[in-house]
Amino acid sequence: MSEQQSLRDDRGGPAQPLLTVSGLVKHFPLKKRLGRPAAVVRAVDGIDFEVLKGETLGVVGESGCGKSTTARLLMHLIAPDQGDFTFDGETVGGPELPLKSYRRQVQMVFQDSYSSLNPRMTIEDSIAFGPKVHGLNGREAITRARDLLARVGLEPRRFAGRYPHELSGGQRQRVNIARALALEPRMIILDEAVSALDKSVEAQVLNLLLDLKEAFGLTYIFISHDLNVVRFMSDRVMVMYLGRVAEIGPSEAIFDAPAHPYSAALLASMPSMDPDARTEEAPLAGDPPNPIDPPPGCRFHTRCALAEASCRSVVPSLTAIGPHHRAACLMAMPGSGHSRATEEAA
Amino acid sequence: MTEPLVELRDLTVTFTGGPKPVAAVNGVDLTLAPGETVALIGESGSGKSVTLRQILRLNPERRSRVSGQVRVAGLDVLRLSGTELAAYRGAVASMIFQEPLLALDPVYTLGDQIVEAICRHEAVSREDARRRALDLFERVRIPSAARRLEAYPHEMSGGMRQRAMIALALACRPKLLLADEPTTALDATVQIQVLLLLRDLQREFGLSILFVTHDIGAAVEVADRMAVMYAGRIVEAADARTIVRAPRHPYTIGLLKSRAHGALQKGQRLETIPGSPPDLANLPPGCAFADRCFLAADACRTTPPAAEGLAAGHQVRCFRSADTAAALA
Ligand SMILES: Nc1ncnc2c1ncn2[C@@H]1O[C@H](COP(=O)(O)OP(=O)(O)OP(=O)(O)O)[C@@H](O)[C@H]1O
Ligand SMILES: Nc1ncnc2c1ncn2[C@@H]1O[C@H](COP(=O)(O)OP(=O)(O)O)[C@@H](O)[C@H]1O
Ligand code: SF4
Ligand code: SF4
Ligand SMILES: [Mg+2]
Ligand SMILES: [Mg+2]
Repeated sequence: MSEQQSLRDDRGGPAQPLLTVSGLVKHFPLKKRLGRPAAVVRAVDGIDFEVLKGETLGVVGESGCGKSTTARLLMHLIAPDQGDFTFDGETVGGPELPLKSYRRQVQMVFQDSYSSLNPRMTIEDSIAFGPKVHGLNGREAITRARDLLARVGLEPRRFAGRYPHELSGGQRQRVNIARALALEPRMIILDEAVSALDKSVEAQVLNLLLDLKEAFGLTYIFISHDLNVVRFMSDRVMVMYLGRVAEIGPSEAIFDAPAHPYSAALLASMPSMDPDARTEEAPLAGDPPNPIDPPPGCRFHTRCALAEASCRSVVPSLTAIGPHHRAACLMAMPGSGHSRATEEAA
Repeated sequence: MTEPLVELRDLTVTFTGGPKPVAAVNGVDLTLAPGETVALIGESGSGKSVTLRQILRLNPERRSRVSGQVRVAGLDVLRLSGTELAAYRGAVASMIFQEPLLALDPVYTLGDQIVEAICRHEAVSREDARRRALDLFERVRIPSAARRLEAYPHEMSGGMRQRAMIALALACRPKLLLADEPTTALDATVQIQVLLLLRDLQREFGLSILFVTHDIGAAVEVADRMAVMYAGRIVEAADARTIVRAPRHPYTIGLLKSRAHGALQKGQRLETIPGSPPDLANLPPGCAFADRCFLAADACRTTPPAAEGLAAGHQVRCFRSADTAAALA
């Protein structure tokens, strides 16, 4: 596999974001019930973000906040209700970047290592399948598959002919990573890709992901509920809450001094590793509200310790609070009416 | 010293239903004092759940071979008759799971299920049982407890269901709560609430808790002592501080070192334990960790190491424990 693939595909140079997402919306209609208006799940409800070239963007947030839906929208596995994607300066699905060529450049690895592999194909054939569909001849595709198996730490002579059930979870996940790499993508979306692995195996796969990123000049979107792992992997982090972006910014900024009260509470909920400094009080009470009927105003106001009257009616917009760092909280919006916000900027 | 509430002696559980016997638990010794919380930690397949289930005799008896001893509150659990076992389950020891929907009955309200559980074990009126159910819901901090007693399991959010399952498990005032990954499926903000709740309930009821988890962080939040399992054996046991700060088994050391944590520099690689856990249908004759251990010597491959006491309450199964302290640096 060519290590220069990313360079060949590059368009706008290193400063141009690889992916820009704007106004992304996806609502899932629920089954109509007699006598009730048709409800929708607002899985993704208006989000904007950028993925910079060569970075790892971590995505965190509670179950159901829309992380996987966002990932599936980026992969065009489901169609958005609204929203635009720009990939390295070109509109996705436009004349310069047809969907097929975008799809080759963006690949995904899921949590369940088993269900994403065809049980009746050897892993070598599974990996070679994508390149064949995209026009590589059979021999070349197999050669590529074997190279990739070696790259992900599975010795081809031992493993190439095995079937998925003959591998451990960690080995299967290596195969899935190899399969994602087979089309020489520029970006890989990792949706809880290491979550099902044992801790000792997880560390091996995380290291592998870092090695591959360096070797192939990849960009990652790294979705995980494990905040320690996200911190370790990510250059920037996006915190989602009920279908919206609460905060996005450099990993150190967010972990050291989160600007959004939800980010702060989420981080403070991480178990302590110090038996002499156990958590004394839970940062938040209750469960996240239902995305079918999210609270008006700031969606977090029902659980936010700093909520004020304005938070119940005004929807905070993502406001710049530092370099590449934005938060959606009225306290960060000058003149928002929140007592902790600065006065209207002159 | 007070009598231990739980005493496991050389417990083994081998599943015999498949083509080859699976040695899931291979000689576990463990004691819990009354009011003590012990966390059983280890990777998936290391035998945590099987150990826990054997304390309630929930492993399929026809397809497993069990030896050793399980004593709980003076009872010889492996010898209880059918009726004794029914009286023991729930009233002496009860269990909560990762997935509450498996423990809760979908067709009855939560209140009815708790009342049912109480009346099955005790001669109390339904009104009194109802009052106790309400009290339990309040103790597990379910808001609008009276209203929620009328709810069905599927009508509750994940965190509330977990609390309801805990209430049900405590309905008959057990002395021992067996908790199998009860917070693993929960969101971070809800997980910490449930961990703190378990800690409070332990104090309020004087419960002993055996808490199974693969997450050392969760264990630190609740446990007095920790026992680390590998391939069906407890390879190290000590108080929580010792396990986190001065572990002496190479596996425990490796687990702690391979954790991603805040102090790592950008781009740094994690330390890793090579390989993966052994096949329980085909365990090696010596130390089960030998193929992955950075200290393994020839002697490690012939017989399994016995438990050795390093200090009061600190036990390790490793032939080279004298050399492991240096590895922690
Ligand atoms: N096909 C679908 N039909 C209806 N609702 C859906 C569908 N897919 C997702 N949802 C809902 O959309 C919301 C967001 O789901 P999503 O899978 O994106 O969450 P997530 O952030 O990935 O959560 P998790 O951490 O549990 O993986 C949830 O309420 C979910 O139930
Ligand atoms: N009923 C069963 N029949 C056969 N094998 C089982 C059964 N229950 C558990 N096992 C096996 O016993 C081993 C230990 O399992 P378990 O205790 O569930 O691990 P964990 O430490 O992840 O809780 C695993 O190899 C598992 O597949
Ligand atoms: S806008 Fe108000 S409710 Fe929302 S996070 Fe900020 S302070 Fe809290
Ligand atoms: S007994 Fe030997 S192989 Fe086992 S943990 Fe100790 S040093 Fe390693
Ligand atoms: Mg998801
Ligand atoms: Mg288990």
